[in-house]
Amino acid sequence: MPYDPSDPLKDRITDIGPRYYKEFFPPVIEKNYGKWLYHEILEPGVLVHVSETGDEVYTVRVGAARLLSIEFLREICEVADKHCGGYLRFTTRNNIEFMVDDKAKVKPLMDDLKARKFAAGSNKFPIGGTGAGVTNIVHTQGWVHCHTPAIDASGIVKAVMDGVYDDFGKMRLPAQVRISLACCLNMCGAVHCSDIAILGIHRKPPMIDHEYIDKLCELPLAIAACPTAAIKPAKTEGGLKTLEVKAERCMFCGNCYTMCAAMPLADEQGSGVAILVGGKISNRVSKPKFSKVVIPFIANEPPRWPGTVEAVKNILDVYAKDAKKYERIGDWAERIGWERFFEKTNIPFSHHLIDDYRFAYTTWRQSTQFKF
Amino acid sequence: MAKHKTPMLDDLEKGPWPSFVSDIKQQAEKGKQVLKDAPDDLLGVMELSYEDRVTHWKHGGIVGVFGYGGGVIGRYCDQPEKFPGVAHFHTMRVNQPASMFYKTDFLIGLCDLWEKYGSGLTNMHGSTGDIILLGTITDNLEPMFYDMTHELNQDLGGSGSNLRTPNCCVGRARCEWSCYDTQEACYQFTMEYQDELHRPAFPYKFKFKFDGCPNGCVASIARADMSVIGAWKDDIRIDQSAVQAYAGGELKPNGGAHSGKDWGKFDIMREVVDLCPTGCMWWDGKKLTIDNRECSRCMHCLNVMPRALRIGTETGASVLFGAKAPILEGAQMSTLTVPFMPMEPPYQELKDLIEKVWDWWMEEGKNRERLGELIQRDTWQKFLQIIEMEPDPRMVDEPRSNPYIFWREEEVEGGWTRDINEYRKKHQR
Repeated sequence: MPYDPSDPLKDRITDIGPRYYKEFFPPVIEKNYGKWLYHEILEPGVLVHVSETGDEVYTVRVGAARLLSIEFLREICEVADKHCGGYLRFTTRNNIEFMVDDKAKVKPLMDDLKARKFAAGSNKFPIGGTGAGVTNIVHTQGWVHCHTPAIDASGIVKAVMDGVYDDFGKMRLPAQVRISLACCLNMCGAVHCSDIAILGIHRKPPMIDHEYIDKLCELPLAIAACPTAAIKPAKTEGGLKTLEVKAERCMFCGNCYTMCAAMPLADEQGSGVAILVGGKISNRVSKPKFSKVVIPFIANEPPRWPGTVEAVKNILDVYAKDAKKYERIGDWAERIGWERFFEKTNIPFSHHLIDDYRFAYTTWRQSTQFKF
Repeated sequence: MAKHKTPMLDDLEKGPWPSFVSDIKQQAEKGKQVLKDAPDDLLGVMELSYEDRVTHWKHGGIVGVFGYGGGVIGRYCDQPEKFPGVAHFHTMRVNQPASMFYKTDFLIGLCDLWEKYGSGLTNMHGSTGDIILLGTITDNLEPMFYDMTHELNQDLGGSGSNLRTPNCCVGRARCEWSCYDTQEACYQFTMEYQDELHRPAFPYKFKFKFDGCPNGCVASIARADMSVIGAWKDDIRIDQSAVQAYAGGELKPNGGAHSGKDWGKFDIMREVVDLCPTGCMWWDGKKLTIDNRECSRCMHCLNVMPRALRIGTETGASVLFGAKAPILEGAQMSTLTVPFMPMEPPYQELKDLIEKVWDWWMEEGKNRERLGELIQRDTWQKFLQIIEMEPDPRMVDEPRSNPYIFWREEEVEGGWTRDINEYRKKHQR
């Protein structure tokens, strides 16, 4: 029976969760589940995993925009039906993986993937994203769908990936480089532990829609939302209840706007990009690290954000030349010292980069071990 | 013919990387989505944002499906007259299968439904892991949900102050390092806590992420309120002949991950032994020796020589709590809480632990206070009392350097009640 709007609770099914993952395993994955011995990257974007049963699975990894149409999703399925027995997977970094169980099937698959282009010429299925290179950028919604962003997401990602495209398909770097983008400090994309993070920030305190704020918001919640206690109650000349922001205490986090739609921050000149570097998730050799702010602000420059793209490429190129094998960007910066990082990358150091929030003291240098 | 002129977005059709603009355009031209103008109008409103350099989306309204408080994000355009196709543009979060393997018939079924009820646009996937169906109107939410549950046997994911859709790495499906079955754990925890996932009752969001090993491919240590990261307790298994093959240059180090540059001949001393953070391994030219008791499982040697070294066989997971992004008290990573826990279904030990944590957080947490912030505010010591665990030096990088210990009265001989008059008998004013 189809859905009946006059009786929406009839035959209702709830709380069934996702489909069971094993329903979607290709036979070679199901058969060798938990039996994998080792893997090898045969060329950029192509992996083989070898099982103790002797079975092999070949994976071709391709980059994709996170925003996909269903027309394109149908084409992805067509590729999987044609080459992979009707199976595929996505990675946590928005890559698509096509898997085959025989080496002979790899080349026809790759040839097919390489031949497919969008109407205006961009590749539909760029192969790469493995090993010591740049893999796909994880990102947030930006101007496609979000109400709090300081920057776009999809457009900057497209521009940056065009700029570092060679490093998606090569493995010339000292270690993997994870680039992430979050369009505001809420960080739906959690970029705070990325090798290179592109983060949207605001620089103007919220405006207040005095005539409407009391109708749109719970004023005490907006006051309580401020981490620096910069917001206090006020009255308009006409006697309406409103709020007042002590601008010099504002750190532009946007938490008040999240709680109250009558306090918008985003601004053509005020909002833009901050660049953070040196974070990592993995426990390999060194502990996981937070990313650190190295460029406090780059203006929004649609459609191609050249300043942001150049900043990322510069950091990547200096790192590629200077770091030792296996060193992540953060490991490299710590070994050479942050003073050298700024010198080598030619990035100006300014007061914005010295922490003055909670636990700031833990990041100041309390030793005479520095470099001239 | 495109509905709006989008010269700036058109520039993003150039270049080698897949263009989302070209893709939205092909949906606008060829797609049969019921919200016919949605792709065109999305390009239109984005172009306007590119001109204005600010977003044109309003705060979300409260929309959803009956009985659920999460899974749908309300979204409205602030220029609805210009862009009626996206005036209402709500997102549905669909709970992805663990580790995101798909059979094409399922994806095509989902495409068919999204053609019938939505904009024809998606994210594969959202940051937390869900399949994101991007943009529909309120009236289509219930029928979409009805058809998805009936035809595809598929439920929505989480949003708001609830359990967010759990996520895991590729795990044992295609990785040799997974110390437990991340997919099964992810699935079972998702199913066990369906109520918490669909009906917001928490102070704020709560995330589970399941990483199979300390490489952390699903970023649980940075992104999950409860991070479950694979660990082994016994010895790394060594195939000495394969170690020799790596040392002799017959096998490619790190699975061939560095093949794009000539890094010179592989040097097992410099590239493996000397980089070991605990200095627990030796190479005498023929044999690799590991003092496993001193190993901290950083994974480097296994990553460099995957054919020679394998994780141990006594496997399970470490459990850490409290990671979050910066809003509001600053970014936090998860703190090691349970060094080792066996991870076998039905995972009762971990379920008992998380329920204690939730009871406390729901009682004590302030509105929009993440677990990690509550632990900071109310102390790690309090957290240990709540979860009934003994302190362990593995929980800290180092002991405190300040001596301001909050002694409890029962820890001090004779208690805290004293008589000032008795004191004065011996000490003049």
